[in-house]
Amino acid sequence: MAADGDGSRSGAAGRPSPTFRRTAVRLLGLLAPWRRPVLLVLALGAASAGLTALGPRLLGHATDLVVDGSSGSQADAGVPFGIVGQILGWALLVHAGAAVCALLQARVGLWIIGHLVHDLRARVERKTANLPLSHLDGRPRGETLSRTTHDVDNIAQSLQQTLGQFVGSTLTAVGVVVAMAWTSPLLTLVAFVTVPLSGTVVARLARRAQRHFKAQRAAMGALTAYAEETYSGHALVTVFDRREQAERRFARHNADFHRAGLKAQYVSGLIPVAMAAVGSLTFVAVAVVGGLRVAAGALTIGTVQACVQYARLLGQPLGQSAGTANLVQSAVASAERVFELLDAEEELPDPRRPARPRQPVRGHVTFDRVSFSYDPTRPLIQDLSFTAEPGTTTALVGPTGSGKSTLVDLLLRFHEVHGGRILLDGTDISRMPRGELRGHICTVPQDTWLFTGTVAENIAYGSPREVTPGQVVAAARAACLDRLVRTLPHGYDTLISEHATQLSAGEKQLITIARAFLADAPVLVLDEATSALDARTEALVQEAMRELRAGRTGLVVAHRLATVRDADTVLVMTDGRIVERGRHAELLAAGGAYAGLYEAGFSSSGHSAPERA
Amino acid sequence: MLTSLLHTHVRRRLPSLALILPLQLIQTTAALSLPTLNADLLDRGVVPGDIGHVLRTGAWMAAATVLQLAASVGAAWLGARAALDIGRELRAAVFGRALAGAAHEVGRIGVSSLVMRTTSDVQQVQMFCLTMCTVMVTAPLMCFGGIVMALRQDVALSGVVAVVAPLLALAVGWAVRRTRPLFRDLQHRLDVTHRLLREQLTGVRVVRAFVREDHERARFDRANTGLLNAALRTGRLMAVLLPVVLLVVNASTVVVVWAGGHRIADGTLRVGALTAFLTYLAQILTSVMAAGSLFVLLPRAEVSAERIREVLDLTPGPSSTAAPGGRPARTAPRGPVPRAASDRIAPSGARDDPPTGRTTPALELSGVEFRYPGAEEPVLRDVTLTLRPGEVVAVTGSAGAGKSTLLDLMVRSFDPTSGAVRLGGTDVRALGRAELAGAIGYAPQRPHLFSGTVASNLRYAKPDAGDEELWRALRTACADTFVTGHRGGLDAPVLQGGGNLSGGQRQRLVVARALVHRPAVCLLDDPFSALDQATEARLRTALAGEAMTTVVVTQRVSALCAADRVAVLDGGRLIGVGPHADLLDSCPTYREIVLASTSGEAV
Repeated sequence: MAADGDGSRSGAAGRPSPTFRRTAVRLLGLLAPWRRPVLLVLALGAASAGLTALGPRLLGHATDLVVDGSSGSQADAGVPFGIVGQILGWALLVHAGAAVCALLQARVGLWIIGHLVHDLRARVERKTANLPLSHLDGRPRGETLSRTTHDVDNIAQSLQQTLGQFVGSTLTAVGVVVAMAWTSPLLTLVAFVTVPLSGTVVARLARRAQRHFKAQRAAMGALTAYAEETYSGHALVTVFDRREQAERRFARHNADFHRAGLKAQYVSGLIPVAMAAVGSLTFVAVAVVGGLRVAAGALTIGTVQACVQYARLLGQPLGQSAGTANLVQSAVASAERVFELLDAEEELPDPRRPARPRQPVRGHVTFDRVSFSYDPTRPLIQDLSFTAEPGTTTALVGPTGSGKSTLVDLLLRFHEVHGGRILLDGTDISRMPRGELRGHICTVPQDTWLFTGTVAENIAYGSPREVTPGQVVAAARAACLDRLVRTLPHGYDTLISEHATQLSAGEKQLITIARAFLADAPVLVLDEATSALDARTEALVQEAMRELRAGRTGLVVAHRLATVRDADTVLVMTDGRIVERGRHAELLAAGGAYAGLYEAGFSSSGHSAPERA
Repeated sequence: MLTSLLHTHVRRRLPSLALILPLQLIQTTAALSLPTLNADLLDRGVVPGDIGHVLRTGAWMAAATVLQLAASVGAAWLGARAALDIGRELRAAVFGRALAGAAHEVGRIGVSSLVMRTTSDVQQVQMFCLTMCTVMVTAPLMCFGGIVMALRQDVALSGVVAVVAPLLALAVGWAVRRTRPLFRDLQHRLDVTHRLLREQLTGVRVVRAFVREDHERARFDRANTGLLNAALRTGRLMAVLLPVVLLVVNASTVVVVWAGGHRIADGTLRVGALTAFLTYLAQILTSVMAAGSLFVLLPRAEVSAERIREVLDLTPGPSSTAAPGGRPARTAPRGPVPRAASDRIAPSGARDDPPTGRTTPALELSGVEFRYPGAEEPVLRDVTLTLRPGEVVAVTGSAGAGKSTLLDLMVRSFDPTSGAVRLGGTDVRALGRAELAGAIGYAPQRPHLFSGTVASNLRYAKPDAGDEELWRALRTACADTFVTGHRGGLDAPVLQGGGNLSGGQRQRLVVARALVHRPAVCLLDDPFSALDQATEARLRTALAGEAMTTVVVTQRVSALCAADRVAVLDGGRLIGVGPHADLLDSCPTYREIVLASTSGEAV
């Protein structure tokens, strides 16, 4: 039994590596909080298996009594139906007990796995919430996402099946083998002759299936990528009339997938077929050898009957364990990816005794000799200082990569400064709880993120409090969004999805601006939000923003001349340093870096940046 | 839903599916013959001590096993092929329909969901078909075969089967009915949980900036707990089913031995028959359970089928409908659309009808209104605009004014809800897709590139274009220098979405693509947004040098100045058309737009 399981696993994966073992052990470790329920499951499983295994033996005994009483050695005494009835009564009880144990085992098992997966999901969610942005930005989002969803699911499913079926069937197999050996060692040996056979066959099939499954996964990857890019370019396919071509190319991917999939499914489908055949062979072998022994007078018919039943019982777990080997492998692979995520370094926790600026916060922002870099060998921001007085607007300008957006990220504490400090009303922000700090800042971020929900809900997201529909409309109106929303199929109740292709880039941007209107905070951070808007809308927004900025400290990553012109202070950044500061007119007159940027047109520096990121 | 989805696919391959049946029949018969042979072995070989008979019967049993194996292998192959063929057909159908679907509907479903439907949903249905071909065929055969064989062994004992089999079927049926909605609910909750996790990741900056972590966490926890409860609810039911089935099976074996024992004592039943009977009983009951397992797969497959059906039922976009009213294709501009410089000015009619050709507008919108189905207000209303051949018209207006939608109507991503768009005097609805594509060059706002090479992207517009044609388009789009600079030139790789190119480079490649087939009318949606002013000016000059009608959506004042005419959209209405200088005087909104962009600089 055990040999078979090991054989097919190592057969499919080569020798299990130390990492495989470590991850497998850690995966099992997830069960630690439920140590007692797990023991209960095992105990119940063992009880159920033991009782199940007793059944055929009792029936065999009863059959022997009947046979002996009617035709055999005890023929003159007749069949002792009293005793037979007693034995059968016991058999009924044994089966009932087995059923009850199996039921309890399944329920407790389910309960454990359910909670385990629930907790694992929650842990993963907490983890992603505490990961520093540098971690999330450092790898494709889809990659992290598939760890939090597909991999966790895969673990859930595999655990469910292994704990449910595998444990049950393994215990049954053990019970059956023990009971069978007890009943007839010879027939047990006969039954076991076929085990290595099934082991080899299954291992070979599994290895081949594994290869085909790999090819199938690769083909699916290619097909998915092609479908995704074609769907993204839906309009182009239509306009350039390339549907036929696209369908032809898709058909090629589809055929590749079909070819690999057919082999994979066929070969893996042969595993149960092979197991059934081996099961039948076992049956035949036990029947023939048992028959010969009975004829020789060495065994009773009841024993053969019991062993035939045992042989059947044995076939099932054998087949299941073959399937489980693959399951375990993929679960461990998923677990490795999930653990990697769970092991990632988290953001620094909020200080135990946080500092707080005096209320109400006025919004005095000071960068004091701040330095920061993503990559230690390439300093990004060096020794940077400036002060933004309450109620003033500071515009940050400079070429792509000069560190403007990073500066804003530092103020929001998306990243921690490596040197120097940032003060809000004189309080070092690194000593403030992140949530409180961000509560003092309203943000229009670079990416226009919308979640699945209505337009109204997306706008209301900006406010930490419950908002009335009236407030939502007011914010939308302030952000020049009201009329646009009314052209949507259901107005403010239009459901938008993450991808929200029915909204233009400008509309999405306006929603995020409306959001900022609802978040009432003394500091405003605006990260090239206006870049996606056309001039006229921007003019309206500029006006609304001016209103929003009134009495607030504005920190604006600017690409528009109008924004810069309005600013009280312009900071010109190059390579993480402030190279010039002053008002628009002064800087222009000075004829330095700013004048150069102005000549080149601000917008050229900013547009490609978010797209490339 | 599932059956209606599979109906035609199953029908198409009935012959090969029908072949599965006899194979499974052979397989089942062979399997079913084993206990009978075994009974014979016991009764006529073992009991009388006839070793020869034991060995002979044993050989028969071995032969039956081999036959069973062979038939199973054949059935497995046919089943896998049928299921995978169906999967392939469904996948192709989904892909085709998704491409043909109307743009806004495709947008409503979303790219990632479409991809899921093309891949994993089809996969679910395929899995279901596969199980159907194997389990669903064998289970009834095994069940009925088992009953028949059991009856042959002993009619009286079969009374047990008559009681137990319906009982089991009932139990399984009940469980299936109860679990179906539960599974559906479970699947839905799983989707929601995944969506929340995805949103948390994609929106991490917003979530953190607005300090909504607690809100997100609460939302997630609610979903997660809901998921747990749904999983437990479903599991509890399934946990009852298996032990109950086992108990029924085992209890019936006990009853059979008791009743059989009496009949053996009477001499009316042989021992071998009893053993055989027990085996058949086990087989019947296993088959009932196997059928039950199929029904566990059913709810997931059904949900997937619904999601697939939704794509298959998408309203087709205007592109895929045939010319309305059966208008003959002759009314279309004579294809291939003229490419010689002298002809290119007017997309059509010029050669057919020289006297009036000069006055035939290149592109004409008359009384055009467009409204999304169910929308309160139209996106565009009553737009009438006539473009003369060779003219450059700039379209401007604030966000949501309908600029991109205007181009969408010209390329027939949508058809106007009223009014008409005419290309060279012919209603675009009467044009074939290929003719329209040949006459129009289009560069969308989002510079989408396909993975491949620079050349493969450019040839998207004209598959048989020679390298020289590609270079010409690149030169016009001011993209030749960076393509030359890239290693590989035309064969330089382009990653998915153009990820390895800067925004400005992508934008120029997209413009070049719009020019490769030398269209008569070129539609450029915001082609300068990522370009610096010098590049923009060069590109504008190069475009103006091409003999074609150009519509360019832009906010750049320099581009507005340079256009022959400017069309100003506001709230879906065309509020001004004319040269830049005239509009500055006559259209206050336009003045506002220009002033906002230049903010008082000398205009």
